[in-house]
Amino acid sequence: MSIVKDAAEAAKGLAQAVTKKAIEVAPDGWVPGGTPDPLIRNQHGHVGKPVSRIDGPLKVQGAARFAAEFTLYGMTYASVLFSTITKGRIATLDTADAEAAPGVVLVMTYRNAPRMRPMPAFGSNRMAAGGDDLPVMQDDRVHWNGQPVALVLADTQEQADHAKSLIRIGYEAEAATTSFEAAKADGTEPGQFQGDPLQVTIGDAETVLASAAFKVDETYRTPRHSHAAIEPHAATVMWDGDMLVVHDATQAVTHTAWSLAHMFGIEQDKVRVTSPYVGGGFGSKTLWQHQVLGAAAAKLADRPVRIVLSREGVFRIVGGRSLTEQRFAIGAEKDGCFTAMIHTGTTIMTPHSAMPEPFIVATRSGYAADSFKMEVRVARIDMVANTFMRAPGEAVGTFAMECAIDELADRMGIDPIELRIKNEPEKDPTVGTPFSSRNIVEAYRAGAERFGWARRQPPGARREGEWLVGLGCATGTYPYYRMPGGVARISIGRDGHACASVAAHEMGMGTATAHTQVVAERLGLPLDQVTVEYGDSRLPGLFLAGGSQQSAAIGAAIIAAHRALVVELLKLAGNDSPLAGLKPEEVGGLDGGLAKLDEPARWESYASILARAQRAELSVEAAAPAPIENQHWSMHSYSALFCEARVNAVTGEVRIARFLGSFDCGRILNAKTAASQFRGGIIMGLGLALTEETAFDERTGRVMSASLAEYHIPAHLDVPAIDVMWTNIPDPHTPMGARGIGEIGITGTGAAVANAIYNATGRRIRDLPITLDKLLSAGIG
Amino acid sequence: MTPFSFARATDADDALRLASARGGRYLGGGTNLVDLMRETIERPTALIDVTGLSSTIGERDDGGLLIGAAVRNTAVAEHAAVRARYPALARAILSGASGQIRNMATVGGNILQRTRCAYFYDNAGSRCNKRNPGEGCDAIEGFNRMHAILGASPSCVATHPSDMCVALAAFDATAHLLGADGERRLPLTELHHLPNGRPDDETLLKPGELITAVELPAERWFARSTYRKVRDRASYAFALISVAAALKIDGDRISDVRLALGGVAHKPWRAHKAEAALRGAPATAEHFRDAARAELAGAVPLSHNGFKIELAERTIVAVLQELAGEIA
Repeated sequence: MSIVKDAAEAAKGLAQAVTKKAIEVAPDGWVPGGTPDPLIRNQHGHVGKPVSRIDGPLKVQGAARFAAEFTLYGMTYASVLFSTITKGRIATLDTADAEAAPGVVLVMTYRNAPRMRPMPAFGSNRMAAGGDDLPVMQDDRVHWNGQPVALVLADTQEQADHAKSLIRIGYEAEAATTSFEAAKADGTEPGQFQGDPLQVTIGDAETVLASAAFKVDETYRTPRHSHAAIEPHAATVMWDGDMLVVHDATQAVTHTAWSLAHMFGIEQDKVRVTSPYVGGGFGSKTLWQHQVLGAAAAKLADRPVRIVLSREGVFRIVGGRSLTEQRFAIGAEKDGCFTAMIHTGTTIMTPHSAMPEPFIVATRSGYAADSFKMEVRVARIDMVANTFMRAPGEAVGTFAMECAIDELADRMGIDPIELRIKNEPEKDPTVGTPFSSRNIVEAYRAGAERFGWARRQPPGARREGEWLVGLGCATGTYPYYRMPGGVARISIGRDGHACASVAAHEMGMGTATAHTQVVAERLGLPLDQVTVEYGDSRLPGLFLAGGSQQSAAIGAAIIAAHRALVVELLKLAGNDSPLAGLKPEEVGGLDGGLAKLDEPARWESYASILARAQRAELSVEAAAPAPIENQHWSMHSYSALFCEARVNAVTGEVRIARFLGSFDCGRILNAKTAASQFRGGIIMGLGLALTEETAFDERTGRVMSASLAEYHIPAHLDVPAIDVMWTNIPDPHTPMGARGIGEIGITGTGAAVANAIYNATGRRIRDLPITLDKLLSAGIG
Repeated sequence: MTPFSFARATDADDALRLASARGGRYLGGGTNLVDLMRETIERPTALIDVTGLSSTIGERDDGGLLIGAAVRNTAVAEHAAVRARYPALARAILSGASGQIRNMATVGGNILQRTRCAYFYDNAGSRCNKRNPGEGCDAIEGFNRMHAILGASPSCVATHPSDMCVALAAFDATAHLLGADGERRLPLTELHHLPNGRPDDETLLKPGELITAVELPAERWFARSTYRKVRDRASYAFALISVAAALKIDGDRISDVRLALGGVAHKPWRAHKAEAALRGAPATAEHFRDAARAELAGAVPLSHNGFKIELAERTIVAVLQELAGEIA
């Protein structure tokens, strides 16, 4: 790096540091969320009600059209062939038999694929949506085992699949790095996440640990996980002249539109991505090669293309969660106060991905301690690009942290809940900012009472027939984020119907329903007078249904648009209205119109305002302020999780008998859909704890569990009754007083299960998933 | 999937005629064969649907049962005589697959289902002697946690995935076969091969030979039988270890016993050695353990499945104790 560049980087770094400090110390009123959202005051409106999801009837009728259900005239069907080597080049390629097979429209390989720029990887641009930065079918290179190497288009899916089986490819393989040990031996590098180094050093934690009265210092391992949403990745693609239309299953419509435009070298407004329904995303429904290949093949064939990944295809070309090897050490005084917390370890990435599983993020704000040492190091392996999976970092990091605390409590002979409460921080322990709202102690107390925690017995003490029974708990946590780019449009018509439009996403979590409630309450309208329009890149704003922040991002944009709408309405109302002379902050939505907040008799309906102004409709668009609130406050969702595990003393089989999640996530927008989010997260956490592991053959770099028969997600019988409850204490500094609920459920669940298994058996398994063979080798029964 | 022709047989003779004219494979519920065709592991040129054949469960004069090969798995598991007199069979079937699959799958198809070894399934990317004889086996030093500990060979360590067959093996079931040379009968325990050098050759069936029925002998004491399956999740997973057993006790001695294991070998594994050790012995945990060890003495662990030896021993003992307790 040149001196000039160095200086520029240093100046940039300094400027960032100054800005960061300025935000930390700024008066609350200058920061978004400094003035509480007025909606928080309303306690009897739509928000919080258990409203059934708007799209529910459509889904149970099969009438909700998913990405693979758009039918276009002249449509062709794609089938993708995956590489069987990890690294090297395609030496020979024989597609003649495939091309001659019945119904085949074309076979696309690197030889005839349209020229495209490489995939823009997440983080390389604010709108980039790619899992890696590799070219897509542009040359003979193979970068991972499972990479698409050919695509067949045919008149039917069956014809395409058959023709694909006739393609003959010869490879020249090169040496690849496919084992964790080999990758570590090649050297590790410090990890970076969202632009920040994954490293924290406060005091001399190693020295403090060495002299601690009590300590735990263990290694925890978590395996690779693969995405297994019920809807496999799919897109229906067509070129309409120079316009590319993609009916996608995505959690990032606008990012995807920009990324495809970038790859094909066309303007962003020449790409339209829709995604009306998504059958589960969890971080996986972003831009992978299938949408690009579909668009390229549609261009080559000049016909619409439907491309649906087989289940195997999802395992081969969509990345998952990376494995981790984590050291977690805690030093404590005799009274239980933590003096040192050490959380270090290694994860893996590919040479072309930018997502080191950031397992320390929850530790940064978890507990008070005198000294901290945290670091994520990265080794590189040749495999499909790893990516986001529900609570990346927290899901596996809390396994280490919350097991370590349980182990320490056990060694100290104190209740693990009391040990946690003893170390509850008053402010963010590593950054120093105040918490926006943290009620984890209340969540623990309420959860412990309802779960019957007091009945917990010493490890191995409770046996019912063949079954050893134990209780465990753990804390879950997930940060509040709000990503930049939120813009919303609100239109209100003379019929009193309002429509809020955002380029956001409904992946089954209830976003459309919850925001219909929010918009209806802000405007003072009944639910059936409000439509929320979403899932289309032509709509306003840049939203990502990720990081559990979409609701905050939509909420902040809606607040901005609503304020602009009120300004316009007051202007239109003019001097003949009961609202004459009022300022925007003095009025709110009430009974289909605007009213003075402290004098509701001063009211006029939207219809009346619009009629007098001779307007059929009023439509305004506004952008949310820059999301800097989480630099001013330490903002997180929390949970206290309780698990009752039964372990068969004969076979080592584990069954979860009961589970309770007690959540502190600010105000809950919809009690029904939120409960499903919490339960779903916990169920995914049960998979993480007990069954999920991608079988990655380290000899060949090939995923050997590319089917749901081998990749075990929890089946119905594995899921017990899951009780959920929440504090419902609004966060005064977030839109609607709400914090994210999408990912919190999975965090801490792995540890709660492991701790319950320990309490049942007296055996500690630090290597996920906790399968029966590990319990047998630990000597149960 | 490779293109194929399809014909529906009206009866067993029709099926044989169609098979001799067209070649190809008999199709039951298709829950395994069609999957394998989709993966292009199986590429039959013709399918002969035999689900219209014998789909009745008949009681024999001697008290045995004759189960048509086209009877759906669910129908077997729900049949009153099966539940009352061969409970291990009902339990075995109900512990396998899912309700939807059991509703489709036939008895004949269940017997002939193929291994779930991931390397066998990975047609494009892995070596497998069962798919391509002689090319080698990627499982022996790969992911072999689910694989065999008994009767494996250097060419194949796969297991037979059926639950139903383990119970049938324990009950001395007989398969009724019809081929070009007429009818014959084979004990179910002899129908499947161990892998030896040719793991692709899985059964004693001759080309075109059809399983028409399975016969269960009349043994009143089989009513004291059970099936226990140990697996990685509570449902919808293949057995790590399964045990089918029937126990007959006179006084404090075991007068007769049937024991078969699943998840341990290339075929449903009848535990003859354990049975021999148990006959005439006192029905105590100690003797159950000794018998299990006698059976497992020849077990050979692979890199990831060593736990199966202890797990099999523990499960055998627990199952026999449960049956002994029931009788006492």
